[in-house]
Amino acid sequence: MSEPLIRIEGISKKFTGRDGAATTVFDDLYFSIDPGEFVCLIGHSGCGKTTILNILSGLEQSSSGYVFVGGREVDGPSLDRAVIFQSHALMPWLTVMGNIAFAVSSRWPEWNREKVQVHSQQYIDLVSLTGSEKKRPAELSGGMKQRVGIARALSIQPKMLLMDEPFSALDALTRGVLQEEVLRICAETRQTVFMITHDVDEAILLADKIILMTNGPHAKIAETVVNTMPRSRTRHDLHKHPHYYRIRNHLIDFLVDRSKVFASDSPDYDPRHPPLVTPGLDPAAATLAPAGTPLVAVK
Amino acid sequence: MSRLLNWRAPALSLIVFLLMIGAWHVLTLPKLSQQTVNPEYAALVGAEAATGQKSAFPSPADVGGKIVEHLREPFYDRGPNDKGIGIQLGYSVARVLVGYLLAALVAIPVGFLIGMSPTVYRALDPYIQVLKPISPLAWMPLALFTLKDSSISAIFVIFICSLWPMLINTAFGVASVRREWLNVARTLEVGALRTAFRVILPAAAPTIMTGMRISIGIAWLVIVAAEMLVGGTGIGYFVWNEWNNLSITNILTAILAIGLVGMLLDLMLAKLTRLVTFPE
Repeated sequence: MSEPLIRIEGISKKFTGRDGAATTVFDDLYFSIDPGEFVCLIGHSGCGKTTILNILSGLEQSSSGYVFVGGREVDGPSLDRAVIFQSHALMPWLTVMGNIAFAVSSRWPEWNREKVQVHSQQYIDLVSLTGSEKKRPAELSGGMKQRVGIARALSIQPKMLLMDEPFSALDALTRGVLQEEVLRICAETRQTVFMITHDVDEAILLADKIILMTNGPHAKIAETVVNTMPRSRTRHDLHKHPHYYRIRNHLIDFLVDRSKVFASDSPDYDPRHPPLVTPGLDPAAATLAPAGTPLVAVK
Repeated sequence: MSRLLNWRAPALSLIVFLLMIGAWHVLTLPKLSQQTVNPEYAALVGAEAATGQKSAFPSPADVGGKIVEHLREPFYDRGPNDKGIGIQLGYSVARVLVGYLLAALVAIPVGFLIGMSPTVYRALDPYIQVLKPISPLAWMPLALFTLKDSSISAIFVIFICSLWPMLINTAFGVASVRREWLNVARTLEVGALRTAFRVILPAAAPTIMTGMRISIGIAWLVIVAAEMLVGGTGIGYFVWNEWNNLSITNILTAILAIGLVGMLLDLMLAKLTRLVTFPE
């Protein structure tokens, strides 16, 4: 196995409240991401998911611990790690082309206008927004705005993508379509992705590995679930695969019950090596909950 | 329905206008009673007005005639106390623009600095809070004493009164640029200067322009008073001079002109504001 692209060693985050009391949101986290891997992080609100992503991007600093990217410690935001924001964060005074060209010319300041435009156009085409180049964000639907966000992140050809619940503000239909687009684009570009989500099905569809976090404060990485389904999965045949319900039940079981009582439940837990589990290969996992449990997105 | 509404508003405007003019006309109609009057008063206001046949207050027709007269020859210059209303307005607009642009040159960069740095904001806030409520005219004696030139003093007064709204709005606009846009710039490793011009300035532009629009309104209000004080030229001086001449007709004409120019200045700034405003 090659050297991981991202290695996180013992990061924690403390916030000091107004009364001066410090709250530790998460504590002593260890995980790594290999090149070309799609990793999802799932956990309840308040376990510091967004903070972890911000630390990875360099926008925030951890209270302790280290983040290494390609063997080097992160000391601030970098063009190597593109962020797709939950709220898309497009600049409303720029057109679709302007938003992407701003990123492209930040990446390659020496490029002339024409080269920037040609390059930007490729990524507008990639996210199927051809024809909307001159529109402003206010004229776009939520799904189209997030497509621009994705195109902007990809256009700078980063080493990895960081996505902070990119589809949570979208309606279910748009979300499904965009998930497939992301799946297609990642397959085409072999992009390394770290994504935060609270949608179990989204994680199973997209991720190679799913990191499960316990509830905060003092949130921990409980375990890493390996997605044993083939990478060629699509939204349409996902639920027909025998591994699907095993993984899904395992995740929901964790989020509903185990995330709360994890600390008292696991006396021999080692934060440096959270267990790697493969519920998809375990036929017993499917019997934990009956198949056909209503699809729920756990928030 | 909307076409019906389209002409309703102008029609109502016209009715209001006609009612006002009508009331004005009726109130200034010549009275028929004969009165014995002080001959000195008669010499001052005219025999007709003094005998009560004609109101001392001009009728709409008088003012209309005066306006036509001014429009026919707006730029004549027959010595220091007899210049066309166009020339006087020109002086005032020029003073306002010079003082206003100087204020913008100072207020926008300083406002940027204040908005970017909470420390600078807290350091300068007490000065701004004390200086802001001072009537710009209170600076006039100080300006006359130090600058020793009445025309430059008027410009200084305009500068001082335009400064605060622009300064405060720029600082506010810059300080309230959405965190996520700044984060985008940071993740793209955009330099400080490029972030300032490509992200913060366009994001804060609508707020800055609102400050500039407030400023031009205040500057135009203040110039009339300032010119009444410093004298010489300008529409404010014109009004004061015509008061000394007891020409109410000219004063009314000037009041109308001041209103129209003020409206034009505001319209120009409103148009510029729309250019930099973006829909969210």
